[in-house]
Amino acid sequence: MTQINRITNGQTNPDQRLEFTFDGKTFYGQGGDTLASALLANGQRLMGRSFKYHRPRGPLTAGSEEPNALVELRTGGRQEPNTRATTAELYDGLTARSQNRLGSLKFDLLSINDRLSNFLTAGFYYKTFMWPAAFWEKLYEPIIRHAAGLGSLSKIDDPDLYDKGFLHCDQLIIGAGPAGLSAALVAGRSGAQVILADEDFRMGGRLNSETFAIGDQSGADWATATVAELATMPNVRLLPRTTVIGAFDHGIFSAVERVSDHLAVPATGKPRQILWRIYAKSSLLCAGATERPIGFENNDRPGIMLASAMRTYGNRFGVAADKRVAIFTNNDDGHRTAADLHAKGVKIAAVVDTRPDAPRSGDYEVLAGAQVIDTKGRLGLTFAEVREADGSARTLEVGALGMSGGWNPNVHMTCHQRGCPVWNDTIAAFAPGKNLPVGMAVAGAATGAFSTAAALSTGAKAAAAQLRHLGFQPKPPRQPKTEDTPTNVTPFWYVQGCNRAWLDQQNDVTVKDVKLAHQEGFRSVEHLKRYTTLGMATDQGKTSNMGGLAIMAELAGKSIPDVGTTIFRPPYTPTSMGVLAGRSVGRDFHPTRLTPTHKWAEEQDAVFVEVGNWLRAQWFPKSGETHWRESVDREVIATRNSVGVCDVTTLGKVDVQGADAADFLNKIYCNGFAKLAVGKVRYGLMLREDGIAMDDGTAARMAEDHFVVTTTTANALPVYRHMEFVRQCLYPDMDVQLISTTEAWAQYAVAGPNSRKLLEKIVDQDISNDAFPFMACADITVCGGLRARLFRISFSGELAYEIAVPTAYGDALIRRIMDAGAEFDVTPYGTEALGVMRIEKGHAAGNELNGTTTAQNLGMGRMVSKKKDSIGSTLSEREGLNRPNDLRQIGIKPVNPADPVPAGGHLMNATGPVDAAHDQGYVTSAAYSPSLGHMIALGFLKDGANQIGKRMRLVSPLTGVETEIEIASAHFIDPEGNRLRA
Amino acid sequence: MIINHPLLGPRDASEFTYLGDAKLIDRPDWQSDTAAQDFYEYGYLRTNPAGEHRELWFHEAGDRSWLVVTRNTLTHEISAVEMARDVARAQGRSK
Repeated sequence: MTQINRITNGQTNPDQRLEFTFDGKTFYGQGGDTLASALLANGQRLMGRSFKYHRPRGPLTAGSEEPNALVELRTGGRQEPNTRATTAELYDGLTARSQNRLGSLKFDLLSINDRLSNFLTAGFYYKTFMWPAAFWEKLYEPIIRHAAGLGSLSKIDDPDLYDKGFLHCDQLIIGAGPAGLSAALVAGRSGAQVILADEDFRMGGRLNSETFAIGDQSGADWATATVAELATMPNVRLLPRTTVIGAFDHGIFSAVERVSDHLAVPATGKPRQILWRIYAKSSLLCAGATERPIGFENNDRPGIMLASAMRTYGNRFGVAADKRVAIFTNNDDGHRTAADLHAKGVKIAAVVDTRPDAPRSGDYEVLAGAQVIDTKGRLGLTFAEVREADGSARTLEVGALGMSGGWNPNVHMTCHQRGCPVWNDTIAAFAPGKNLPVGMAVAGAATGAFSTAAALSTGAKAAAAQLRHLGFQPKPPRQPKTEDTPTNVTPFWYVQGCNRAWLDQQNDVTVKDVKLAHQEGFRSVEHLKRYTTLGMATDQGKTSNMGGLAIMAELAGKSIPDVGTTIFRPPYTPTSMGVLAGRSVGRDFHPTRLTPTHKWAEEQDAVFVEVGNWLRAQWFPKSGETHWRESVDREVIATRNSVGVCDVTTLGKVDVQGADAADFLNKIYCNGFAKLAVGKVRYGLMLREDGIAMDDGTAARMAEDHFVVTTTTANALPVYRHMEFVRQCLYPDMDVQLISTTEAWAQYAVAGPNSRKLLEKIVDQDISNDAFPFMACADITVCGGLRARLFRISFSGELAYEIAVPTAYGDALIRRIMDAGAEFDVTPYGTEALGVMRIEKGHAAGNELNGTTTAQNLGMGRMVSKKKDSIGSTLSEREGLNRPNDLRQIGIKPVNPADPVPAGGHLMNATGPVDAAHDQGYVTSAAYSPSLGHMIALGFLKDGANQIGKRMRLVSPLTGVETEIEIASAHFIDPEGNRLRA
Repeated sequence: MIINHPLLGPRDASEFTYLGDAKLIDRPDWQSDTAAQDFYEYGYLRTNPAGEHRELWFHEAGDRSWLVVTRNTLTHEISAVEMARDVARAQGRSK
């Protein structure tokens, strides 16, 4: 197709011919085009279908506020739905498709919805699909989603990178129109660190869309020259294609830079987009203003657009929206479009001005006091019906109609910290209020000062004021002479008597819907938004909200400022999930921590499990083992019969040193540590201040003033944080220092009757039972001199040790242990076998220390020392935690050894109802015990200590299991503790 | 948010972990006659001011200092940042 509507004098490059497809059809555009401008150049006004009624739609705007021309760009993994054709930069080979249609864009089968519009009014979904409830998920929602939708996802992984970056500056200037460029010149010349960001790929803002001169240059040339000067300044960072999407606390801004969206494929190593976090000492909002439409019957046909957009297409892109156009305006600005297009040879059928005193603006007809009352044209505008001042009707044959209802300053960013805009009568619009985000100033059209001269001067002045405040000495330049016409607007929101006059074209909200919402009692502007969907979705009502507010105000007999606006929230424009995620996807979602034995374990074909950020070996399958239980049972039996080894590095380790170290432990543990002898380890239970158990572990006294504390893997961080809190905030002058050494030491449990024999081959010291008894600890050496720590502690219930060496030696140590243990068939075991053995022994773990249980519940009530003050000791004594019938930890075994004992099951009396009211307790941990040959479990039971031997039912309604069980001691294996003392 | 660390200068709030009301520094005396009531109030009762709030932040991804940050809950304006240890000493928590 030829570019039939391309006219001369645009800023696009005719020498750069770009081929692209839209709905499979090939078109050509020029370098510097957007997808929308290129399609319009080709006479293609129809670009989409509306959300609800599937009405044909073309672009309303030429910018990011676009509600209609939403398209799918690219294909495969790079497919991106809901992209505005008005901002999509054209490149050679771009493929684009229209959305939200059934069949072709021209013959959308769902356009039947438009005929049913009387039934599809505001609140249609709420009123219609109310029952039966089950139909929602299965019937209504799929149908509605299919019919009323936006674009689609390819469901293929996006192959591109998205990055995050951090920038710091003295001044962030948001928007590179006349105000922003003028500000950047002052700021750049002052030597300050400046960032100038603009969402467009060509900086200059409206200067590129207007024909005003600045000095002796065109506005567009002045912008180009200014950007060129700024580009030479090393202290100025220019960020085109970058939308500042939110203003956050303390001068922090988010911005999305579209690095590669204008390329078919990102350059090697380059991301598609970057999410910048900008720390700005000051910020200057030069976001400009957005024109608003006027409501009249059928004002949504392709070819009807904002007059300013029509001017942008003409002046910047060299594209006439059509050969014959008309303008409908309530202000002087609309006349500019007529004058500019007229000068380019476009036929102006008429300027329809609602004001009786409309000015003459050129050599074309101006219909003063007239209104456009309806339009015709199925897939695009063909006729506009006009009612003249004297009431007579007139039909204009036009292919495009520009609407100008006045301009709204883009106040969004001024409101991101809950600031409220204030009404300005002169411009009949909301302007920024006083309560701006910290460090922000506003300049140019965003303040409501709409002339080019005002933009240049307010931009320079505001920048200078901010910079002086930061200690710079800016010199405001003499401003060149330029356009300085006053704003002249008479508010006119919609043509009286119209019904299907679109306010929000994206969500198909008409004047009638707002009236209906009012009639049904929706008085708050926030309620209006939710009920009618006015101002929702990708454009967030940038062109529609004001019209809705004006009608609400009229119906309620209030002023527009009394009705108020909805709250402006980030992001300013739609932001892809990809750039928010950045590189934190898949395996990089969080860091992966590897244990010192990881490489070795991989060589043993270990199966790994994520424990927090750690990857731990879960079990070590041997050839021939087909089920994980075979491996785990073997590991347990081998450990209990001979010796096993397990990497327990992930447990938290905190070094506690200082003269008051023992006093400090007395504060954080409910049991006493002052009298613990050097060279001894003690189990410690840590309570929260409310008396609930927080964590448990061991503390080993390596020296008078030196303890090594261990925590559970999951609580390593919170426990360390808590210990620092106690040290710094509660006992600031205790002589004690803490440091986490979790990663500094590789630590392995060596457990089983042959563990001493094995370690004797490695450890340089005497570790006989007399020299190194149960609960001993020492700084030792291994393998002829390597420093190490040895603890004789046991989680499995066997004779066991934990041996630690500096992490760098962890891999060597596990290999040495395996070599030395070969004669004992030493068996590596993973977290599953570890879990089985601790359940067999009755040791509490995370399932039991679950944030609801007390020392009393755990059967450790007597550990809470009453002779000293420790965190949680006072509140652990309160009545509510000390009732005779409280839960106590118990063991559970099935009466019939073949029966399952499901984790999560609840305990019920042998007879009686099975319901929550008769609940007696619950199971926290369950496992198959290879040592006993049946399942066992740990759990909590009311008055459990006195129920040993009792038969009960264990029910798990979720899994449909009901088992007869017997309450037992939690210590299934070696309750006297003979093995671990052997 | 940016927290102006007394030792390290301005740091991003994402480096910190929040705990809550700085009143947690005022841990009651366990031997007082009213200890049970005092600990109940210490553990459970908080004012929820719309305005200035003194609160505890931990520089977890930094130097591991506990800080007392005075923050306006309405505007997030931070008017003071102190080392919690200094605050604790000033409140008589030296042993």
